[in-house]
Amino acid sequence: MSPVIPILLALALGLVGWLAARGKAWSMRRAARAAGSDLHSLPGYHGWYVALWILVPALLFAIAWASISPGLVLSQVLADPAAAKLPAFGFQREAILAEARAIASGSSDAVFNQQARAMVEPFRAAMQRYSVIGAVVTLLLGMAGGMFAFLRLRPAFTARTSVERAVMGGLLLASLAAIFTTAGIVGSLVFETYRFFQFVSPADFLLGTHWGPDSMASPSQGVTTNYGALPLFWGTVFVGAIIAMVVAIPLGMMSAIFLTQYASPTVRSWMKPILEILAGVPTVVYGYFAALTVAPLIRDFGHAIGIASASSESVLAAGIVMGIMIIPFVSSMADDSIAAVPQAMRDGSLAMGATKSETIRKVLLPAALPGIVAGIMLAVSRAIGETMIVVMAAGATARLTANPFESMTTVTYQIVAMLTGEGSFDHPATLSAFALGMVLFLVTLALNFVALSVVKRFREAYE
Amino acid sequence: MSNLSHQERAQRIAARLASRHASERRFRALGFLSVALSALVLAFLLVTMTANAVGGFKRAELRFQLDLAGGMLQIDPAQLKNDDPVRALEGAGLRDVVQFAAAKALGDKAAAELDSEAWREVARKIASNPALLNSSFDVSLAASDDLASGLRGDGAPQMVALAKDLAAQGKLATRFDPGFLSRSDATSPQAVGIWGALKGSMLTMLVTLALAFPIGVFAAIYLEEFAPRNRWTDLIEVSINNLAAVPSIIFGLLGLALFLGIFPYWRSAPLIGGMTLALMTMPVIVISGRNAIKAVPPSIRDAALAVGASRVQTVFHHVLPLALPGILTGTIIGMARALGETAPLLMIGMKAFVATPPEGFTSPSSVLPVQIFLWSDEINRGFVERTSAAIIVLLLFLLAMNAVAIYLRNRFENRW
Repeated sequence: MSPVIPILLALALGLVGWLAARGKAWSMRRAARAAGSDLHSLPGYHGWYVALWILVPALLFAIAWASISPGLVLSQVLADPAAAKLPAFGFQREAILAEARAIASGSSDAVFNQQARAMVEPFRAAMQRYSVIGAVVTLLLGMAGGMFAFLRLRPAFTARTSVERAVMGGLLLASLAAIFTTAGIVGSLVFETYRFFQFVSPADFLLGTHWGPDSMASPSQGVTTNYGALPLFWGTVFVGAIIAMVVAIPLGMMSAIFLTQYASPTVRSWMKPILEILAGVPTVVYGYFAALTVAPLIRDFGHAIGIASASSESVLAAGIVMGIMIIPFVSSMADDSIAAVPQAMRDGSLAMGATKSETIRKVLLPAALPGIVAGIMLAVSRAIGETMIVVMAAGATARLTANPFESMTTVTYQIVAMLTGEGSFDHPATLSAFALGMVLFLVTLALNFVALSVVKRFREAYE
Repeated sequence: MSNLSHQERAQRIAARLASRHASERRFRALGFLSVALSALVLAFLLVTMTANAVGGFKRAELRFQLDLAGGMLQIDPAQLKNDDPVRALEGAGLRDVVQFAAAKALGDKAAAELDSEAWREVARKIASNPALLNSSFDVSLAASDDLASGLRGDGAPQMVALAKDLAAQGKLATRFDPGFLSRSDATSPQAVGIWGALKGSMLTMLVTLALAFPIGVFAAIYLEEFAPRNRWTDLIEVSINNLAAVPSIIFGLLGLALFLGIFPYWRSAPLIGGMTLALMTMPVIVISGRNAIKAVPPSIRDAALAVGASRVQTVFHHVLPLALPGILTGTIIGMARALGETAPLLMIGMKAFVATPPEGFTSPSSVLPVQIFLWSDEINRGFVERTSAAIIVLLLFLLAMNAVAIYLRNRFENRW
């Protein structure tokens, strides 16, 4: 069933209620004014009061219905005599049901499986029935709410206060969305990670050195030997925290220094947006650039200097491109920290006869160091969470090596690999993605937390 | 020092000054170099992409004359008026007629390398202009992948030879392919297009905007204008700041575990993708919204309150309109980021091969960045150019969005 129809119905009903209530309020107002008094609230507020009473219950129901009705449809279909002929369980049963559902809802018209043909009609009937029920209940709820609200309209009715209270509730709810999201992330990660640790012990996972989950093998196979994530952690650190930073820190810092201290305003107004474009390029484009252009260059370079193991997917290619992506980030953090150093310190140094570069190196940078370090931590946290570049350029082999010309896999790569296959949700290979996600989440959270508190303390020191 | 003569001291100071100034110049040059290097890398990236993309907007086409005069097709023009003229023409044998004409004009070997679906283009052409039914006209139809590789010079040797031969006679050439913007995904690089992915991206962005914009703006208003200073408010602020820094793939995990858990039948639908991206975009909108609201001077609020407006009226009638350009700028930047986002959408299954453009918010769909990712995995050389062309389209969209954001900022930014 399309969830759009009940929502549109609710919106249309809301509009009707708004117009009707506003009309009634206008006539009440004329009558009240003729009698020498006035409404408590403007007519528009009466309109909104009724519209809210229609929209809120109707929309809440429409959304809830969209999530429960597929289950109801399915149970009615399974109660149908035709369903008795289906295979008892397993992949084939799912496939037949999915096909019948697709045909019944009109999103495909070819029948591949003859058993599916028999299921189409029950599906169509059930869908029809539940979509009609959904639409009718949505309308009834909206009308009931609207009636209740409409009958309360009086000249002295405090519609504005009610509407404003509802608005305040809406504002509060919206700001709680951030907490709900955080709770949702933590909750789902913790839940799935807990299930993963019922198969694999945390020590094997965090300290093991062999990574090779097989989503097709039986769930209990290799749980102590195949889920050692240490090579992934090393690969992630090597790409994101070492190679990318070796590229991004010097280039980003020097760019920031040049643009803030040396460049003329014209140059700055041109170069700063150009650097920011680097941050705006989508990561999939960087990944493609790394895989198509940079990786072959690096492989040829590796062969030229005599490293036979240089492969066409290498951590160096992924790391360098990631570093380039991070440059504007480092540069803007360094920019902010240097700008936060009091002018008096700079003037003092210049007045003593130091050159500009001496002032920067010996006065500004040491003073700005905490901010810069915090910025680098944020940059690292962004680099280790970066996915597409490593997926496209770093490779799939989990290995513990310090040779940057070899391919190496990372945490984010394995999350993608484990979850885009056909694995079932009860298999440790699939669940391991959530455990990896949990580690990634905790590490980035810790980095951000420390970095932000450093920045805060550093700002306070100079203010 | 005191033993040195005045002159010697002056010399030493001059020498040291010279070396200090040299180091100053080196430092400055280093700074200039790093800015220049970053800009050069960007230029290199854009130039390689554009150079590859030029070929991606073209395809290899065979040109020959199609003679339908004399009742070659047994079809009544009235049949073309009904709802499926392509099928009607297929029934009348158009496929064989096209194949036969190709064999006559180009030779059997070349006709075998006509794309197997090429006759559909002729059918659509006839359907839109039934007058062609009894005439003879030139057609330029897609060649097969093998012949296209041959024309590029990297196919099988006999294909390279055949392509060279046909090209010399002017029967085979790469031509601009407007269909790239109107077709959807396919297995052959000659037949792919990006419209399906583009439409999927637009639907996804609509959902993201519809969810993230109101929630983000409301949260920003609450936090700036109404929130009491207490532990709950601090918790909200901390979680918003953290969400802004959580890796995007984690949002994908949330979408997979939560949204697909609740709505299992909408796998790879724009609705679920949009909801996931909305969670990611919302913190960006909240943060920019708070800054914009903070920039509205208190005197505006005081004036509104002084003439009797309620606090809600003050905010919605006076503060919000003044802060809106700033909020919109932040929103567009957040949306641009969401448009280029790939990893969370891979997590929720927007990775499937979808050969038709999505019909609505709940039908399976692809999005532009994921399409780029999928094509980049293809081995066929032809996909390299198509991928770059898709990247250029994506970058143009991002550029347009950022240009609008910059325009808004410059046009409406108020300095109080």
